[in-house]
Amino acid sequence: MDDGRGRGGGSGGGGDGFITLDRVEKVFDVRRKAGFLKRERQRVRAVDSLSFTVARGEMVGYIGPNGAGKSTTIKMLTGILTPSGGRLRVAGIDPSRERTRLAHRIGVVFGQRTTLWWDLPLIDSYRLVHRMYRIPDARYRENLDRMVELLDLGDLLDVPVRQLSLGQRMRGDIAAALLHDPQVLYLDEPTIGLDVVSKTKVRAFLRELNAERATTVLLTTHDLQDIEQLCSRVMVIDHGRLMYDGPLAGLHEAGEGERTLVVDLERELPPIDAPAPARVVRVEGARQWLAFPASRSAAPIVARIAAEYPLVDLSVREPDIEAVIAKMYAGRAGRADRAAP
Amino acid sequence: MGEGGRLAQGVRAYGLIAGMWIRSTMAYRASFAMTAVGSLVVTGLDFVGIMLMFSQVDALAGYALAEVAFLYGLSATSFGIADLALGSMERLGRRVRDGTLDTLLVRPAPVLAQVAADRFAPRRIGRVVQGLLVLGYALASLDIDWTAAKLLLMPVTLVSGAAIFCAVFVAGAAFQFVAQDASEVQNAFTYGGTTLLQYPPTVFAQELVRGVTFVLPLAFVNWLPASHVLGRPYPLELPGWVAFASPPVAVACCALAGLAWRAGLRSYRSTGS
Repeated sequence: MDDGRGRGGGSGGGGDGFITLDRVEKVFDVRRKAGFLKRERQRVRAVDSLSFTVARGEMVGYIGPNGAGKSTTIKMLTGILTPSGGRLRVAGIDPSRERTRLAHRIGVVFGQRTTLWWDLPLIDSYRLVHRMYRIPDARYRENLDRMVELLDLGDLLDVPVRQLSLGQRMRGDIAAALLHDPQVLYLDEPTIGLDVVSKTKVRAFLRELNAERATTVLLTTHDLQDIEQLCSRVMVIDHGRLMYDGPLAGLHEAGEGERTLVVDLERELPPIDAPAPARVVRVEGARQWLAFPASRSAAPIVARIAAEYPLVDLSVREPDIEAVIAKMYAGRAGRADRAAP
Repeated sequence: MGEGGRLAQGVRAYGLIAGMWIRSTMAYRASFAMTAVGSLVVTGLDFVGIMLMFSQVDALAGYALAEVAFLYGLSATSFGIADLALGSMERLGRRVRDGTLDTLLVRPAPVLAQVAADRFAPRRIGRVVQGLLVLGYALASLDIDWTAAKLLLMPVTLVSGAAIFCAVFVAGAAFQFVAQDASEVQNAFTYGGTTLLQYPPTVFAQELVRGVTFVLPLAFVNWLPASHVLGRPYPLELPGWVAFASPPVAVACCALAGLAWRAGLRSYRSTGS
């Protein structure tokens, strides 16, 4: 919406943040089986004193290992769950108290749970959204046309959803979440299981959406490339606490993330004498693996190897998010230990 | 937004979602036709069983076949309406377990309406049709001394009975927020309840009749108003006006069920399980 940029930030409430969390907590009482009929009660702090703000129009990657508190946070932000403590506002609304009012302002895509109608043509699901959200006719048509164009849905509208591929369905789901002009879009693993072409389409669309409408996007993912290509900011959560909040490059430094260069040589050779800080970590016949910090460019290393060795093929592997976080976590704990005495 | 606004919003959302399910069903026309016929046959056989029983005896605890048909028709029709409207609510536990309930909570419509309309199955109309047929047969064969009050009691009883069963469906679903595998318990009260009411109250032990009258007031679905219409004594000592008490009882049941639903949803939103 055009008025979004000017008005959104100010009317969002909670200072300059559009999404504000102030020491938000979520504590669950988990009952576990402790023998026949006996249950043990245990308090689990899924989200622990979490504070952050997201400005209008930001695209933020929200990552962390499974069970870190990611989905609990998203559920509180969408009004599904009520926080146990702290203050939470989305577009000036308290999500848990005004769930239906908030619903008009947010779009949610649950990666593996489609909200589309399985047996009906895709367009029918959109018609339901049109009526359920009471979207003005002209606005609906305009938005639908734009989605169809950007997400390449033209040939799919009359196809029953059950006949769509995973990538087509994901694009369909994203369109369904955006027809009512939400100011915030929550995406849960939007590219999981998609092929490269679909991933590229989805990412290009999200960039376009963000640029065109200043839609605030919060996405959880296991795919670092999603974040690399979309998010200027990453938040890492683990054990319900915010471990990192900043640009992706900084995350690699903090986590000492390493990329891997896989080199195929013409023949078996002794380990490559790689330029520092790259180093050979594994040799298997004519194939060698080199590790180097993710914050460094691969170009000079590749150039040097190409110049000095009989190179057949090579590929670069990005660090795995889980590994980066695990290292970051271990690193912090280590530093804390050293600082303690 | 006031309660009235919420109700209107809920009814609208229910209509929208039920409409989608009807269209989904029509995507498989042959399958729909077969299940609709099947549903009618199965529910029809239910009453055939009672007719077979009467081929061996003349009366069941003092009630003739037409009188039992009267009870059966009232109960089956009320239950059929509730089952048509809310029958899918027993699936709530499954939605809680697999997490798909969350997709309903991010939509701008009351969750109760969305859950109630979930998997709306038009074939369930078969049960209503069958109940009305049996009721029609009973009214045609009975020699009732009709008064204005008795005539009025007929539609009032059907609507109140449906509302009481609806309350049981909602309360049962609310319980599934806490115990996700409780749909069998719910079935015991809904399907079990309607089967119980198809027989004369005089068949059962006093304790059971008392429970069904005062604790879970299913007796107001048909037993009490029917006793008045048929001029039969009720097994319990009760004042005459209780035959007309079904509407307020239904309202009270719905209010309690509504509270239970709210409590259940609140518990889900605070625990997420």
